[in-house]
Amino acid sequence: MPNEKEKKYDRQLRLWGNHGQQALEDSQICLLNATATGTEIMKNLVLPGIGGFTIVDNDVVSMQDVGNNFFLTEDFIGSTKAQAATKLLKELNPDVKGVAAEESLATLLEKDPEYLCKFSIVIACDVEEDTLLSLSNKLWEKNIPLMVCISYGAIGYMRLVFKEMCVVETHPDNYFEDFRLLNPFPELCEYLKTIDIDALDSKGHSHVPYLVLLHKYLEEWKEQNGGEPPKVYKEKKKFAAFLMSKRRKNDKGACLDEENFEEAYKSVNTALVDVAVPRDVKEILEHENCTNLNSDSKPFWVLCQALKRFVDEHQTLPLSGSLPDMFSDSASYIKLQNVYQNKAKQDMICLMDNVSKVYADLGCIYDNGRMSEAEIKRFCRNSRLLKVVRTKSLEVEYRQTAPSDDVTQSFHDNTSDILWYVALRAAQKFRKEQRRFPGIETLEGDLKPLKDCSEKLVGSWGVPQVQLAALDDRLHEICRYGGAELHAIASFLGGVAAQEAIKLLTHQYVPVVDALIYDGIKPSTTAFRV
Amino acid sequence: MCDTEERHDPNQSRWSHLRNILGRRGMFNQEDFIPDESILDCMLNDLKILVIGAGGLGCELLKDLTLSGLLNIHVIDMDTIDLSNLNRQFLFRQSDIGKPKAEVAAAFINQRVPGANVKPHFTKIQEKDDDFYRDFHIVVCGVDSILARRWINGMLLSLLEYDSDGKLDQSSVRILVDGGTEGFKGNVRVITPGMSACLECTLDLYPPQVNYPMCTIAHTPRQPEHCVEYIKMFLWEKEDPFGGLPIDGDNTQHIEWIFNSAQARAREYGIQGVTYRLTQGVIKRIIPAVASTNAVIAAACVNEVFKCATQCYTPMNNYMVFNDVNGVYSYTFAAERNSRCLVCSQQPRTLNFTTDAQLRQLIDHLQQDPTLQMKNPSLTTMIGGKNKTLYMTNIPSIEQATRPNLSKTLQDLGLEDGCEVVCADITNPSAMRFILHFTNIIITRKRKLEAGEEIIESRKRVLLLSETL
Repeated sequence: MPNEKEKKYDRQLRLWGNHGQQALEDSQICLLNATATGTEIMKNLVLPGIGGFTIVDNDVVSMQDVGNNFFLTEDFIGSTKAQAATKLLKELNPDVKGVAAEESLATLLEKDPEYLCKFSIVIACDVEEDTLLSLSNKLWEKNIPLMVCISYGAIGYMRLVFKEMCVVETHPDNYFEDFRLLNPFPELCEYLKTIDIDALDSKGHSHVPYLVLLHKYLEEWKEQNGGEPPKVYKEKKKFAAFLMSKRRKNDKGACLDEENFEEAYKSVNTALVDVAVPRDVKEILEHENCTNLNSDSKPFWVLCQALKRFVDEHQTLPLSGSLPDMFSDSASYIKLQNVYQNKAKQDMICLMDNVSKVYADLGCIYDNGRMSEAEIKRFCRNSRLLKVVRTKSLEVEYRQTAPSDDVTQSFHDNTSDILWYVALRAAQKFRKEQRRFPGIETLEGDLKPLKDCSEKLVGSWGVPQVQLAALDDRLHEICRYGGAELHAIASFLGGVAAQEAIKLLTHQYVPVVDALIYDGIKPSTTAFRV
Repeated sequence: MCDTEERHDPNQSRWSHLRNILGRRGMFNQEDFIPDESILDCMLNDLKILVIGAGGLGCELLKDLTLSGLLNIHVIDMDTIDLSNLNRQFLFRQSDIGKPKAEVAAAFINQRVPGANVKPHFTKIQEKDDDFYRDFHIVVCGVDSILARRWINGMLLSLLEYDSDGKLDQSSVRILVDGGTEGFKGNVRVITPGMSACLECTLDLYPPQVNYPMCTIAHTPRQPEHCVEYIKMFLWEKEDPFGGLPIDGDNTQHIEWIFNSAQARAREYGIQGVTYRLTQGVIKRIIPAVASTNAVIAAACVNEVFKCATQCYTPMNNYMVFNDVNGVYSYTFAAERNSRCLVCSQQPRTLNFTTDAQLRQLIDHLQQDPTLQMKNPSLTTMIGGKNKTLYMTNIPSIEQATRPNLSKTLQDLGLEDGCEVVCADITNPSAMRFILHFTNIIITRKRKLEAGEEIIESRKRVLLLSETL
């Protein structure tokens, strides 16, 4: 029976589970600047129940600020934005602790250079370039993710900065089950031997799970084809026809409409794939973080080494044990499912054993404090789907003499959203030099200096100084905005960024790498590497 | 709308952000966008927006609209607030549980955004008439029911007016922006009734809900969901645990009983995985939901409303899908108008059946065809100049009286090739017209010429029609 909290969070628990929720509730988030974008991100983090948050924004609320920000109101004119936003955000969820920092970011960091290091994630909205770089380096050093989020007029920009994110539960929309058709394990072979399809009556025959059909007739096929399974498309087609020929016939000699055979037929192409160790997983197991462990290594990498030892011994990943539903009588399906689940359990025990050994080799004891059995189980079930992603540091992004291919290629595509990234970087340079948003007073007056900033940036990348009308148009548009934030754009970005933060906190679902542009004009979103 | 309300000053500094966007022409604006104070003035004071739904999307829509300068809004929602709403429906608090969503949402927004004039309607959309809907310029839909969407789509299409030349009167076009979410996925569409694809044009994008096969539930359960469905479909009626009451998904006692019974059945078959959460999910057909996706989709909707209201950018053409399961993915495409659309093509659809088909088969087709997906259609026709009810579902006495018609053949019911069948269903406020075509008859045409009668026969057909036709 669910408790009050489980009832409140029911709809989201179905997406990230109780363990994901716990990760959220253990987190502390810091927001730098209560812009419309910033408060919208926080709204979408407070509602699902993060542990707590701190807002740093010493600016005083003015009439201009209350028109596009749900969490700044006229009542708070004269107070700091941090105070206003914190109070109004806390109202959304009494379980969440919120604090308004009393001082400016500069003062806080002066007093305590490690101020930001106590947070799980830092979200920077509209932080000046030099400050941003400096705090980014600190956070990078401490392995704390940073998110940079801004919206200007109809454009939104989000940048994720983290060294490494290890995702066990990626929850892909589509993936293929591990049936072991091409390398059935002994217990499965034993079980299949007990089934004599031809001896079954018509009801039994039409209720044999399609997976059993595939196994059985694959064996027969192999016997007739020099021990080889069908590999190429043509062969698989022949096998599918072979399979269908095994249907029972009526008195007129026509094949019966057996649903289990239909299911088998449809799955031939995807089920007969040798998926021993997917490439992504291989790369993870060969990474030095997995092979060169130390006592400080993340549990994920310890698990990876345990997994590597498993793969070295068995030439395959642990069985996940899950089967899709298939047309069948209950008993046959359950028996088959049990065979797979028992094998999965066996593999799990073997993996857990390896984990102990890995810790022993490191000179530590494995206990539930380091890693729970539930965690190992999840890792085991998802071993084929593991993903590790890494972003570029802000330091490298701002110092590099050549950007990513994504950015370079955008100069050849008039419609590319990534050109907005270039324009926003130029605007940030302008702000650093002029201490204000471009276009805030005059569009024409600011356009030339903004274009100069852009040329300098593009020049520093070694991109030939070709007149790029598409980029100029965007610089003009940025100038036109004069730093204005449109609430709908801020809210869109608020939703996107909050979900990325949740991914980083729960370690579930794959985050964006490295950045995203939202163009509200088209509309379109483009994720890219910086 | 209140007569005594003030006119809002577009020069207020709270709207400075909007004035930046609307005040100067840029390189991405629509051809005919002319910056002018009157645009903001119109948004603040004259434009009337209707929001359907005050839940996950609705709360976000109300916030986004009012903070975009669109202050005059009506919101309809027939639901009351539940604890499980609080993880995303941010205008509601613990103390609001049980109260009507529309009323609480409107009150919150009116209090938070000075100048906001949100009027709530705690009612079903079907309970409002043409005149109500006529009052609005733009309608934004944030509902969780395909039925509701279709009804609104049908309503807005029925409000279209054409002049004597058959040309569409632009002022009768009310734009519909529709948003939907499910977990980490969502979509937004902009519908310009009479001009763009309407919702029904792409009805097959919403495939009918998949139900588990009866025989699986009754005889060969394999999954925990099958066990729960069994209790819902068979055991509840058989054991009647709560004195004749139907299953109420919000009643914890009901769910507990179903949960325990489902567990027992699962044990019988060796099935694992029946949990309370799963049981509730199956019974209530729960769709997972989070604040972030609702924020994204509602914002995308209001972004389009803003474009329509200001003409500053070209509105989206016309359907966007969004998914942030893996990274962030979105894609926009132009859904095409269906020239045979039941609702917007203004042409009656043809139904092809044989003379010996039963009325029940015709009704099954109306329900199951993915481009029709009717719920409980009532059918009438004209025979010999008189109106005849073939089958009516919504009035119990007439339903009973016309029920025998279901097993009669179309021919026996007096239907003729080419006759019009009019269909009423909850998916549309207007009736829908079909032309019946018999596929198994020879086309014979009795043409009374001035000189005499002529019968034209096609000798290639197999069956001969009797002279009564």
